Amino acid sequence: MYGRPNLYTSYKQESQILPTWSQKIVLGIFLLILLAMPLDLWLTEQIPFVRFLGDNEWLPLINKVLVFAIATLGLNLLAGVAGQVSLGHAFFMGVGAVTAVFLGGQSSDNLHGLGLPIWIWLPGAGVAAALAGVIVSPVAVRLRGLYLAIVTLGLVFLGIHFGNTTWGAKFAGAPGLGRKAPKLDIRLWKEETPLINLDDDGRWLGFDVSDKAKTYFLLLGLTVIFAVMAKNIIRTRTGRALQAIRDRDIAAEVMGIPEFRYKVIAFGISSFYAGVAGALFSAALSGQVLAADFGLFFSVEFIAVLLIGGAGTTAGPLVGAFFVVMIPKFVETFTKWLDKTEGGITGKFADVALTGPEGDFGVIYTGVQTPGWQLNVFDWNIVLFGFLIIVFLIFEPLGLYGVWIRVRNYWKRWPFSY
Amino acid sequence: MTSLTLRLLNARGSVSPVVAFMVGLGSVLGVFMLLQLFNDPEIFIQTLAKSLGLGSVYAIIALGFVLIFKATQTVNFAQGGLAVAGALFLSFLVADDHIPFTTISNPFNDIPGPSWIGWGASVIVAMCFAALLGLVIERLTIRPMIGQPLFSVAVITLGLEIVIRVFNNDAVKIEFRSLEVPWGVDGFRIGDAFINWSTMAAMITAAIAFVAVYFFYRSRTGIAMRAVAFDQEAAMAQGIDVGRVFAIAWAAGAVLAMIGGVFATQPPVRQTLSVEPETATIAFRALPAVILGGLDSATGALLGGLIIGLAEIFAGQYAAGEVGWLGAGYPLIVPYIVMIIGLIIRPYGLFGTPEIRRV
Repeated sequence: MYGRPNLYTSYKQESQILPTWSQKIVLGIFLLILLAMPLDLWLTEQIPFVRFLGDNEWLPLINKVLVFAIATLGLNLLAGVAGQVSLGHAFFMGVGAVTAVFLGGQSSDNLHGLGLPIWIWLPGAGVAAALAGVIVSPVAVRLRGLYLAIVTLGLVFLGIHFGNTTWGAKFAGAPGLGRKAPKLDIRLWKEETPLINLDDDGRWLGFDVSDKAKTYFLLLGLTVIFAVMAKNIIRTRTGRALQAIRDRDIAAEVMGIPEFRYKVIAFGISSFYAGVAGALFSAALSGQVLAADFGLFFSVEFIAVLLIGGAGTTAGPLVGAFFVVMIPKFVETFTKWLDKTEGGITGKFADVALTGPEGDFGVIYTGVQTPGWQLNVFDWNIVLFGFLIIVFLIFEPLGLYGVWIRVRNYWKRWPFSY
Repeated sequence: MTSLTLRLLNARGSVSPVVAFMVGLGSVLGVFMLLQLFNDPEIFIQTLAKSLGLGSVYAIIALGFVLIFKATQTVNFAQGGLAVAGALFLSFLVADDHIPFTTISNPFNDIPGPSWIGWGASVIVAMCFAALLGLVIERLTIRPMIGQPLFSVAVITLGLEIVIRVFNNDAVKIEFRSLEVPWGVDGFRIGDAFINWSTMAAMITAAIAFVAVYFFYRSRTGIAMRAVAFDQEAAMAQGIDVGRVFAIAWAAGAVLAMIGGVFATQPPVRQTLSVEPETATIAFRALPAVILGGLDSATGALLGGLIIGLAEIFAGQYAAGEVGWLGAGYPLIVPYIVMIIGLIIRPYGLFGTPEIRRV
């Protein structure tokens, strides 16, 4: 049936994932492009943005986007849908990563590891983190608002500390050094040759696929699965109950929604996402498990992704992850491009903005080690990240989702202003 | 005092099991402390002074949190960044030769260090700087958020912390900025127990800060601040300038953060006498004190700080044999454990006002 936004004739239609045909077609094309992006196709070479995103240099970042998207989808269920603000997401990710490396990593003299395949350690990481979430939730249910945020923040510090104790280091690796993350290879059991090898370049269906592209396909599949799962949780009974609790918890209880049970469910599901994302983060991105990785900054990053993308929506975490992860790389690339620019107005701008290893003007230092008071590109990226959070919250509290709504509404009534 | 008594008794006037439990726990700890006092008085007195000093530093930072929470209803996560920024500014005034207050030998015990007058003037200038920093930050980022969800404001302060921390770390990246104080690392002795002057200074400062905040709340501005804390819109309707209250709270909070930051480089907390990137963690270490005492109570901040300080140092001194499985550096996580246990018993802290839930 031909549908139009905001014009629904049945409940079934309203609760559809994609109510209109145009949305279905756009999403279909988008998914096709995502699938074809890392491949050597004539078509993808023609689309300007896709051409370099599928590059081997940029694919690791896309992989990071996907892992961040999974983690933030989980945080969204807890903070965006159920309204329980948690700064402890990094803790649950750490639990997932450590469980994954225990189940999937190799054991040695001072490290525990079972060497199991991915189809055990990945769900295992999720389940362990979910258990941690369920254990924590009775404390969390008693607390509200910022008290909850600070207690979950305490969890992060506790987690890092226990990861660095003598017994914790047997699972999480030596403090400050970490240990090798489990392999992403897909195998039936512990046999020597994996079914699908993700470590080196290969040839699938007549296409050359690099190791990064293989990881990308795995992560893309997982992200799609998790996004659909999140969408389904939000639009069914559980999600509606969680939204009722977010909007007014006493009113929800009066309506017959058991608050305690649903808060425990929210913590469990959210932590499951976090655990899987943490395992993927260590296995596919950093290549190592390090307790100190899962600190406060990590938690803040996911809060930022959620708020910049748009809390409470499923598309928000996906778009926000892309935005937050890619902005630093864009800035870096832009700085490099400016650095090489000579003459003209951009050249003048580059002279003002940048300093090379020998220059002493400008704001941004292009080297790694900075002399004196100048910040280098990486520092500026962190500053930019902080400013993004502040600016978005002040000017667009709904995040990119709010921007999209505004753009859509403008074109819907165009050429009239209202 | 009556309000405290009322809070400890429940509606029927009988002692609630929670209070009974806490009194029992307190008396067990008291007996333990008495035993230690007779067992080895020097170490006990030294530990007690150290813990009260650390607790006072926590209390100073916690008072800053409480002031800002009381006015804006939100936790200022950027307190650590503000603390380091203020301490850094003081170190520039004190340590660098090209700034008017040069270092000369100290008549007090003949320790080379900043002079009292120059140092005192530097502290006042640094306090003004901290207040100004707080005002600017409040005007640019917090004022536009009046009436917005509280969590958004809290996340803004997290963003601020990230930004301020980059600039702070840039300043101390190459070498730690030394921050000298007139009394140095010196101290005095009671019997064989050695107590740093800075420990005493922290206690005195915490007492002064608490009294100042106590009387401030009873002044005209303080009453306005409490009205704003109670209901922003109603306060606005009564003619209270909410923006001004925000500004005052942020300025005072930033000054308290700066003082806490200076003490965070001193002996009960750290021995280095220099501003380092880690100095900013003092704010996160003080958070359990705020939460345990209750986010909106100055008394709670003071008592919470002292309790957390006592728990941290005493656990480090006497429990090392029993809790070895917690790993090296376990005293640092004791505050969080105490906080979580405290919150299970009292979800709004010891002195916090419970939120009234309406349908």
